[in-house]
Amino acid sequence: MSTYEHGYLIVGCLMLVALVVASTPLLLAACLRPRKPSAIKQATYECGIESKGDSWIQFKAQYYLYALAFVIFDLETIFLIPCAVALNQVGFFAFLEMTVFVGVLLLGLVWEWSKGVLEWR
Amino acid sequence: MSPVFSNLLAQPGVALAAEAAVKIAVVIVVLMGMVAYTVLAERRICALIQDRLGPNRVGAFGLLQPIADSFKLLLKENVLPGHVNRFWYVLAPTIAMAPPLLTLAVIPFGNTLAGFNLVIADLDVGVLWIFSIASLGVYGIVLAGWASNSKYPFLGGMRSAAQLISYEVPMGLSVVSVFLLVGSLKLSNVVAYQAGTWLIFKAPLAFLIFLVSAFAETNRLPFDLPEAEQELVGGYNTEYGQMKFALFFLAEYANMIVASALIVTLFFGGWQVPFVRVEAFGPILAGALGVAAFFVKLLAFIVFFIWVRWTLPRFRYDQLMRLGWRVLLPLALLNIVATALALALKLRA
Repeated sequence: MSTYEHGYLIVGCLMLVALVVASTPLLLAACLRPRKPSAIKQATYECGIESKGDSWIQFKAQYYLYALAFVIFDLETIFLIPCAVALNQVGFFAFLEMTVFVGVLLLGLVWEWSKGVLEWR
Repeated sequence: MSPVFSNLLAQPGVALAAEAAVKIAVVIVVLMGMVAYTVLAERRICALIQDRLGPNRVGAFGLLQPIADSFKLLLKENVLPGHVNRFWYVLAPTIAMAPPLLTLAVIPFGNTLAGFNLVIADLDVGVLWIFSIASLGVYGIVLAGWASNSKYPFLGGMRSAAQLISYEVPMGLSVVSVFLLVGSLKLSNVVAYQAGTWLIFKAPLAFLIFLVSAFAETNRLPFDLPEAEQELVGGYNTEYGQMKFALFFLAEYANMIVASALIVTLFFGGWQVPFVRVEAFGPILAGALGVAAFFVKLLAFIVFFIWVRWTLPRFRYDQLMRLGWRVLLPLALLNIVATALALALKLRA
């Protein structure tokens, strides 16, 4: 097995260890602690007053706009990374291509900005 | 050591597995210990800043306080609110706690000691691994908010999701300029590159953007809106108690430690000791000094995180979004173009 695969095998083991470490306290506590449920203890917490209505309240649609913008710019980051790593080998032409790519996305950002998408109201 | 045992260790696969197991165990034990004592440090430093004493009764200087706290939380009654979505409600704390443990895999905490590389797994994709795992942390928080089936946690979860994804973009873009300079994603290469000058001096703007984003990604003040006590009671963890709450709490501190470790590795030379040529002291001492240098820098950043929390007030939500999308994002993009231009011109010359 190469060192390349070896690294990922170790990371896989670490993943299992992390899940065990993160869930052991819960299991341990489940064995140790008392459990005496009552209606008032199990009620929804709302600063002492009785909860009214559904908890599925309305929230701003703007969250979705930010989520969309996030997808665009996060993908951009992923595309930029190989370009950045290889710039030393590819040289000036890669830089020009990269600038065009960033420029197009910068235009998108300016457009979003002018449309008021990035303004939280 | 018995001959059977040493023969077993002589086989290459077994030796590698043993090495990995020891490293994983040490790193996780050290991290959990640091988390426990960072909580204590936070309480003591906060008290110092506010001219109080802080917890100082359990053991000398309150040093046994984390143990007392963990026993208290373990023995608290298990209240499972009637209205929650049980499966995700119980699973969410685990999902929040696992990512910081996983990101540690690729962070080198020293050069070599007795022939062993002091990193769990030096993946070629290093930083990408950290970003991909760190962004899983948002699932824990959003699931907690959603599964609690209650108004405050729901609002906290929504806010948190928007905040975390907003600051992930400038964070990711700011490190692109680091890769431009280093030409590799591997964290050991990033540290080796900083043997002469630390990257903070070569990419100061990237450092600044990364630092601000790191504060937002770890939900620390001035960006602690997901759990803003005065408006959301406790945010996404309002309906949580006992060990489940403790896991969210510990995850926050583990995230802070991992973020500090990442800042140290990317911009402050990782385990490089400044001004001193440690190779002159022989391999063992040089390796130990490297580990010590890494931890000194790490502790300095943890104290900085705590200090900032008790100094700055909280942002408003619109200010938070404006800073992320209108200031940090364009700055990070321009920083990339400027760095690439400088490099390209240097290549041409």
